[in-house]
Amino acid sequence: MTGTLVALGAGLAVIGAGLGIGMVGGKAMEAIARQPEAAGDIRSGMIIMAAFVEGAALIAILLSIFMS
Amino acid sequence: MSKNIVKVVFVFIAMFVVSVGYSFDQHEGHDHSHDHATEHNHDHATTSDHGTEEGHGEHGEGGHEYDPTSTAIHHISDGNVWTILEAVSIPLPTILYAKDRGWDVFMSSKFHAGHHEDGHSSYNGYVLHHGSVKRVIDPSFPQKGSVDVGHFIHKTELRANGKEGDVYYVEYNGKEYKLDSKTTLDGGILGGGITSFWDFSITKNVVAMLIVVLLLFFMFRSAARKYKENPMKAPSGLQGMLETLVVFVRDEVAVPFIGEKKYMKYFPFLLSIFFFILGLNLFGQIPFLGSVNATGNLSITMVLAILVFLLVNLSGNKHYWEHTFWMPGVPVAVKPILAAVEGMGLFIKPLTLMLRLAGNISAGHIAILSFIGLIFIFSNSGESFGGGVIGSAMSIPLTLFMMAIELVVAFVQAFVFTILTASYIGAATEEAHH
Repeated sequence: MTGTLVALGAGLAVIGAGLGIGMVGGKAMEAIARQPEAAGDIRSGMIIMAAFVEGAALIAILLSIFMS
Repeated sequence: MSKNIVKVVFVFIAMFVVSVGYSFDQHEGHDHSHDHATEHNHDHATTSDHGTEEGHGEHGEGGHEYDPTSTAIHHISDGNVWTILEAVSIPLPTILYAKDRGWDVFMSSKFHAGHHEDGHSSYNGYVLHHGSVKRVIDPSFPQKGSVDVGHFIHKTELRANGKEGDVYYVEYNGKEYKLDSKTTLDGGILGGGITSFWDFSITKNVVAMLIVVLLLFFMFRSAARKYKENPMKAPSGLQGMLETLVVFVRDEVAVPFIGEKKYMKYFPFLLSIFFFILGLNLFGQIPFLGSVNATGNLSITMVLAILVFLLVNLSGNKHYWEHTFWMPGVPVAVKPILAAVEGMGLFIKPLTLMLRLAGNISAGHIAILSFIGLIFIFSNSGESFGGGVIGSAMSIPLTLFMMAIELVVAFVQAFVFTILTASYIGAATEEAHH
């Protein structure tokens, strides 16, 4: 039972990560489309933000591996 | 143009053939008395070790069902034997201390584990189970010298702290002896606690850290020497690569966050953190070198986070503490609440640093191990050739893709750790700007 709940929890965490990174990427695309000269800055900012969002989800996954 | 396509296709076919051949080879001659009990995937949490191995989960168990979970967990855990490709096992020194027995220093080859996780022999009352050293406290078990032990048994029972958990036993001469795990300073949160012995062994993670540190030392020393001898010469080779990274850390991380005037004081720390994490991340990505998951191990990232915590709070100025605990511009009634939240934040920020790095690196390794495990699942541990081909066809592109992403993640995680550290230091040392 714990194993199933843990797997469910990890799956939910991934939904959050997917949504978050998708939004970051989407907004970055829009921003680059609006101002192509800033593409470099926007791209590096996007990667950093994606790392943060991913970090949150991976914390959840790490804990789920812990709890079994 | 078509010549390049032919080359690429040839390379793919060659990789295919090699890996299918690999998966074939794995199911011979592995007569393990491995105890793959059903609830296997959990307890590696109790000793909070994580390590990771590159690529080829070779636990073809000839007769035993291939268990991807336990293989993955084994390959990301720390261990006392360094195995390369399951052929070469390099034993590492085991250093143990028990209050009633004193120090025990010996090579882990005395456990006769080969490349498996469980040792066939005990030595001085210690055995190797699941890659970590455990002790038999029962005095009726031979506490000196080496004896051959049977297999290991897991039971779920009520432990000392009142909670149900896994207890391990080793079977010897028909009797079961209870095993004691090593001491972990986690206060019982992760199932650890103070036990009868302390484990200071030189494990794979320690060796990896030493190798990376020595490598960094020699690289930077050679670059520094080149700068000293000929300061006006354009950088070349190793010096060029290091200069790019160092200038990048200075211009994108240190100066924007800490400020032109103060960044020099903290710059060596930022550089050390960046290159240490980057070096360990990349070291863990080297395939075949034997599953080193240094930065995926919570203990290592915890030490880095503690260092950041100490540095940030010891260099906090009056403005910083004021803003944390008695922030101006907020009604007095709300200040205590915000102070409590900010106080928690003091600890949570380094905690997230620790978890983010460990989680990212561990997850990447687990993903790669799972993809490689697909080959074994599809080929039924080497018994089905067609399955092996299909498994390889699916898993190799995925694994290559995953490994490429892991390279990016190695850089990005080192960069994110450094930039967050710089941001916290900047917040701690900034002058009042009112």
